[in-house]
Amino acid sequence: MTKITIGQHYPTDSIIHHLDARVKLIGTIMYIVFLLFVNHYAGYGVAALFLTGIIALSKIPPRLIFRGLRMIVFILIFAAGINLFFTAGETVLFHFAFIRITLEGIMMASHMAMRLILLVMGSSILTLTTSPIQLTDGIESLLNPLKPIKVPAHDIAMLMTIALRYIPALAEEMEKIMKAQKARGADFDTGGLIKRIRSMLPILVPLFVSAFKRADELATAMEARCYRGDINRTKMKAMKMTRTEFIGMGVMICFGGLIFLTRLL
Amino acid sequence: MILGEKLTFEYAAYDETPPVLTLKGVDITVKAGEFIAILGHNGSGKSTLAKHLNALLVPAEGTLWIKGADTKDAENTWRIRQTVGMVFQNPDNQIIATIVEEDVAFGPENLGVKPTEIRKRVDESLAAVGMSEHSLAPPHHLSGGQKQRVAIAGVLAMHPECIVLDEPTAMLDPSGRREVMETITKLNRESGMTVILITHFMEEAAQADRILVMDDGVLVMNDIPRNIFRQAEAMQKLGLGVPGVTELAHELRRRGLDVADDVLTIEEFMSDKAIKSLL
Ligand SMILES: Nc1ncnc2c1ncn2[C@@H]1O[C@H](COP(=O)(O)OP(=O)(O)O)[C@@H](O)[C@H]1O
Ligand SMILES: [Mg+2]
Repeated sequence: MTKITIGQHYPTDSIIHHLDARVKLIGTIMYIVFLLFVNHYAGYGVAALFLTGIIALSKIPPRLIFRGLRMIVFILIFAAGINLFFTAGETVLFHFAFIRITLEGIMMASHMAMRLILLVMGSSILTLTTSPIQLTDGIESLLNPLKPIKVPAHDIAMLMTIALRYIPALAEEMEKIMKAQKARGADFDTGGLIKRIRSMLPILVPLFVSAFKRADELATAMEARCYRGDINRTKMKAMKMTRTEFIGMGVMICFGGLIFLTRLL
Repeated sequence: MILGEKLTFEYAAYDETPPVLTLKGVDITVKAGEFIAILGHNGSGKSTLAKHLNALLVPAEGTLWIKGADTKDAENTWRIRQTVGMVFQNPDNQIIATIVEEDVAFGPENLGVKPTEIRKRVDESLAAVGMSEHSLAPPHHLSGGQKQRVAIAGVLAMHPECIVLDEPTAMLDPSGRREVMETITKLNRESGMTVILITHFMEEAAQADRILVMDDGVLVMNDIPRNIFRQAEAMQKLGLGVPGVTELAHELRRRGLDVADDVLTIEEFMSDKAIKSLL
């Protein structure tokens, strides 16, 4: 299968999975914002505990959540490195030539690293527990109030759904075309930038042709199944605000409160 | 169920080439519960005819009625598309959602069916095509045959009375083809679904109640499979073959053996008097 794992959904029957997508979306945004306000290690401790609780509730194997971290290792090292070496600080711990490591630098770097790790792990819970359709339905429903100012909420959501559905297919196709071209002696791996870009052309042209053909067939198939935008449309998984949803929002608010308490330490 | 009279159609030409008639006066009748196969070489107009049956295209001349509703009347379009469901050739380009059950729900959602009712229909449709256990799978993890069965379930969930399948097995391997054919024949026999199957495989067409043969926009034959495949030479002229066993029987006849010229299956062939006497 392809390596691309966008919208990698891991279905289980957990309470987190059943939570309304809107609550999860807003909850994730709240979580990210609260993380930005953390200024004390205790805050990260609270966030890590909170995250552990959510992961346990979601019944998702933790290795899947850690896997998301692999993709950001580079960014993590880079961001931590910049903070480590370029933070102006008083307490110099180590000085050699132009390298100056200060206590403040180490603090900044570790803050940065923890923030990023918690952020990526937290947001991967959203995509792991929510199917792309529920996610886009959630976005649609949150954007709906903007309809009077001509935000096409339904169309945006449908566009995202289809994009998510076809990314793996197009990636697979690109691989196939590349292999076919390689078999005919094409060379994608050597030469300067310009040469490499030019060698990609024989891939992009068939890829675009097939993408348009797909789009045309897909549109016909959607019409054949009575699709006509959001006129008179219902949803199988209707959005619902039940007690669980309100409790979920309550938990998020409590979490925010705790985070702000740690700022007072 | 379906009644079409003198249907003609031409695609709008987008370059210098003069438009050619893709359908040249097709008459078609299909009764409820029938299993019809449509044969014809590439470009003979089969897909074009199929798209007329659920108002994706409307005839330039002539009239097509689906359960008494004229497809030309825009008011009938949605009801017709609900009555006549359509399954296409490429399974990858007709599955919209990223999870099987959500794709099956797409049709009824468009029809404005109540959520609880949609849930029920989705479960029933997936069960009918034997895909219940994959209801939460992402489509790109399924085999071709499984994807086509999901596509069929997506149509069933709209509660149609007729299903049109445009070469649903053309891109599948033999086991996928068998899965899809078993699903189709079961729907026809057990649920009385009207089925219109466009195919390139003569063995598949042989399972139908009746075969229509198209050639350059004209319906040239309309008969039961036995009578169609008896005319091997005429079929060859149309660029079409006959099922393998039928061909074998014809070949044996030419060599002087008195085998029936209308065998359609291996079982029939084996129980033919002339063959039995040889064994
Ligand atoms: N979208 C289109 N635009 C223009 N011409 C088309 C289009 N689709 C099909 N045709 C033409 O119509 C004829 C019949 O095509 P089609 O109905 O797809 O045949 P079949 O399904 O039997 O292979 C062909 O000559 C084809 O070139
Ligand atoms: Mg065709």
